[in-house]
Amino acid sequence: MTALPPLTAAEARVDAEEARRARALRVDKVARWVLPVLVFLILIGLWDRIVVWNRIPHYILPGPGLVVETLIKDWAILFSALLVTLQITLMALAVAVIGGVGLAILFNQSRFAEMSFYPYAVILQVTPVVSIAPLIFIYVENRTAGLLLCAWIVAFFPILANTTLGLNSTDHNLRDLFRIYGASRWQRLRYLQLPSALPYFLGGLRIAGGLSLIGAIVAEYVAGTAGIGSGLAFRILEAGYRLNIPRMFAALLLIAVCGVVIFAGLSFLSHMLLRKWHDSAIRRES
Amino acid sequence: MQDGPLCPSCEHPMSDLIHRPTLPLGQRPKVLEMSRVGKVFNGNVTALRDMELTVNEGDFISLLGPSGCGKSTALRLIAGLSNPTSGRILWDGGQGRGDLGVVFQEPTLMPWATVAQNVYLPFRLRGRSYPEVRSEVEEALSLVGLSAFLDAYPRELSGGMKMRVSIARALVTNPRLILMDEPFAALDEITRHKLNTDLLALKSNIGCTVIFVTHSVFESVFLSDRIVVMAARPGRVIEELAVTAPYPRSEAFRTSADYAAHCQIASRALHLAMGEPA
Ligand SMILES: Nc1ncnc2c1ncn2[C@@H]1O[C@H](COP(=O)(O)OP(=O)(O)OP(=O)(O)O)[C@@H](O)[C@H]1O
Ligand SMILES: [Mg+2]
Repeated sequence: MTALPPLTAAEARVDAEEARRARALRVDKVARWVLPVLVFLILIGLWDRIVVWNRIPHYILPGPGLVVETLIKDWAILFSALLVTLQITLMALAVAVIGGVGLAILFNQSRFAEMSFYPYAVILQVTPVVSIAPLIFIYVENRTAGLLLCAWIVAFFPILANTTLGLNSTDHNLRDLFRIYGASRWQRLRYLQLPSALPYFLGGLRIAGGLSLIGAIVAEYVAGTAGIGSGLAFRILEAGYRLNIPRMFAALLLIAVCGVVIFAGLSFLSHMLLRKWHDSAIRRES
Repeated sequence: MQDGPLCPSCEHPMSDLIHRPTLPLGQRPKVLEMSRVGKVFNGNVTALRDMELTVNEGDFISLLGPSGCGKSTALRLIAGLSNPTSGRILWDGGQGRGDLGVVFQEPTLMPWATVAQNVYLPFRLRGRSYPEVRSEVEEALSLVGLSAFLDAYPRELSGGMKMRVSIARALVTNPRLILMDEPFAALDEITRHKLNTDLLALKSNIGCTVIFVTHSVFESVFLSDRIVVMAARPGRVIEELAVTAPYPRSEAFRTSADYAAHCQIASRALHLAMGEPA
């Protein structure tokens, strides 16, 4: 290595500023994780202390320790319920993707199909699923199919709306270019519209992930306690009837974790698909 | 730009894949002829009136005029993106629309595709597989000096480099005619200067036929052998000037008396087009 000339005052100042900025960035990175965890621990501690100091009975408000204990003790029941709910959720999400994207492409390709059916898609969306669900369980014999239908109704709309917007958001000049090169409808869809719509679709997918979980839970509540294959919502209802409040909390905890995991998973998927080219996924050094 | 073997008929460096010798004026075959072409929008806006233009092989024609004089409209008519309300556009003595390359004011690249995939687009839309045309794609990119960026994404490139990709895409199919609508208007002066020089070298190298829309007198004189001056309201051609300096033109042309004289003539015509005293 050759020796560098000594820094001038201005250079040194810039260096100090650089270092300060790098330090701020490092602090930010750590704080992003440490602060929420800290808040979490403080709240748990408070919860525990309030329960102990006020001697609140566990059938009104169980302490965090008891909830975790219950989670472990009832794991077999809760885990199988979790699997049931998760299965409905993921199936509903898959059907929402197929239905949402399929309808978006259909609407995009045929104006008459859009004019005919879009209003009904909106009506389906704005009608609260709790109010349709009882009807669905009257007419749909198969319980799983009923649950799936409810969850789908809640989840498909954001995918439909976002994908439709994306398919229509292609660059005008690119569209002209495709015309000049004599692209077919199919080629325009495949090579221009679908890639343009991808970021929009993924935005819709993230919303739909959360909604399909909500849809599945709500549908389970409405479907009630009929028989086999009961999910987390059923366990919550059941525990409520039996005043088993700690188990209600444990099931609630599982649902929340489930929702977070779905959201994180879809965000990760979105990042992986877009990181090479889309602004939303590009980390800028500032 | 790349050096290669020389073309036997015109002695310019020749790239082996894309090359058309430029014949002397008067011997060049006709590419396209516009006769009394007019375009009226919504029944009242006359964007273009009675435009006459003959494009011969190897021509570099600039459309020069103030904003709103129908330059873009003329290009869209030629590209077949809209139909004239009057008059006719005849290709090659009437054999239907020829093969085209287009460069817009923005690079207009697909952000999700790599540079090579972007340049491959015209072939892909014609059902050719990538291995089949790989050499053409790489050749076109080397012509614009971007061989090292085949796998880069557009966002990793500067504005000038994106424009080069756009140019490579326009010439990769070796089209009969390349249309450029103010391709360098959004770039800084230095980049624009460089791209002008490189575009000219490219033109001498491959002998392409170009219609180039611009606001800039200097750009039009430096690049073209014919300047079509247009006026607005209604959009129309008011004058056609020839720039007689031969190709290839070097950087020295920019400082020559010939260049200055041509710029003066073109400026005067443009002032006239804008309805101001010259
Ligand atoms: N689709 C359209 N509908 C209605 N009027 C139009 C349309 N396109 C262009 N015009 C009008 O036609 C005229 C010529 O437009 P054009 O875009 O060809 O001008 P231009 O010479 O390219 O201008 P600029 O240099 O600003 O790009 C303008 O007055 C414009 O308002
Ligand atoms: Mg224009």
